[in-house]
Amino acid sequence: MRVSFLRAVWAVARKDLATEVRTGEMLGGVWVFSLLGAFVLGLALDLRGDAAREAAAGVLWATVMLAGTLGLNRSLAREQAGGCLDGLRLAPVDRSTILFGKAVGAFLVMGLAEVLLAPFISVLFGADLLRWPLLLVGGLGTLGYALVGTMLATVALRARAREVLLPVLLLPIAVPLLIACVRATQVLAAGGALAAAGRWLRLLVVYDLVMLAVAMLTFDAAVEE
Amino acid sequence: MIEVRSLVKCFGARRVLDGLSLRVEPGQPVVLIGANGAGKTTLMRILATLMRPTSGSIWVGGLNVCSAGRQVRRIVGFLSHQPLLYEDLTAEENLRLYARLYGLADERGRVGALLERAGLAAWRAERVRVFSRGMQQRLALARLFLHRPHVLLLDEPHSGLDAPGLELLEGLLREAAGAGDTILMATHDDVRARAVGWRVQRLAGGRCMPAADVAVDGACGQGAHGG
Repeated sequence: MRVSFLRAVWAVARKDLATEVRTGEMLGGVWVFSLLGAFVLGLALDLRGDAAREAAAGVLWATVMLAGTLGLNRSLAREQAGGCLDGLRLAPVDRSTILFGKAVGAFLVMGLAEVLLAPFISVLFGADLLRWPLLLVGGLGTLGYALVGTMLATVALRARAREVLLPVLLLPIAVPLLIACVRATQVLAAGGALAAAGRWLRLLVVYDLVMLAVAMLTFDAAVEE
Repeated sequence: MIEVRSLVKCFGARRVLDGLSLRVEPGQPVVLIGANGAGKTTLMRILATLMRPTSGSIWVGGLNVCSAGRQVRRIVGFLSHQPLLYEDLTAEENLRLYARLYGLADERGRVGALLERAGLAAWRAERVRVFSRGMQQRLALARLFLHRPHVLLLDEPHSGLDAPGLELLEGLLREAAGAGDTILMATHDDVRARAVGWRVQRLAGGRCMPAADVAVDGACGQGAHGG
């Protein structure tokens, strides 16, 4: 029986979510690291008023992206244990389903970490990060980061120093994403309309689409031996 | 059927497989023996579409492994050194994950039947993390047969198996051979290779040697066995 692409993607994502519900390793790591990162930055910068509100978006995204590398490393390390990645590669489905399934899992876990982190940063920096339009920025930004992060974590999987290699590969590629997320968040957190953040949102959409295309074209080679 | 012609696999400057040719007919299982590092696992991984060859032509079930990987994976079952199981999922969740990826129609029924056959029905809701090595191998066997593959690739299948596991493996392989499936088993254990009574091929120097060259207990081997 032929397995549909979406069914296979969901099977992989569902497996990751079931594991996460049971262990809490990825969410716990990402959330605690982000929380501590935001707290340390809050103390170190010691900003007040408008300066603090301006910095909140940067702190949110910088901590989430740095913490995200931990979560992505952990997620792929699970696949390496017991040869599980081989198990997925043996399935008669397009191998990009592994990428998308794992990216969906990472997206949901990182997204939840952001939702839990936003109130804390709002209080710490006096910014309003709890506005509904910010969900769109969060969704687009996290989607792009999860996609490119999963792709590069797979590439780094066989490297001896993969924990170091992933951030070295990922963070430079994520710079346009980081800038667009921070700028769009600043505009929307200051009470601006979606249209005011339009160009940053468009940049996020383009980034996501480009990374989607790159991932689809190169993932087979990334998991090939 | 498995047909390999002039297979070469290089890792950098090292030629692990050097013009290897091999043919395995349905219902006539073959045991491939060879020392550690002889290239048995490399050959198995190439046949299972997990690794690309450097050159050569490889056909599994009439399909070219390089150009029809997905179709090959549908008919191949691969038992590796590693169990390919998620430790934080239960036995049932592991099998159901693979059942979904293989698109099995009767997912629940097939998984239940195989857990029963593997003697793990009572452990279906337990995480694989708490399983002994032998239990994990039995579950790996259940995973191997989950999608009813017609071509079985077994890389050191006896390692880590307990007595019930060995009995299960032998029973499943007997049935598969009787049903006309194509079976290729790799092992470094000459004695066990002889014991199964299948045709024996030796892998050395990156090529398959005639079975007569196989030495068992210091003596010369007896040549090919019928399947």
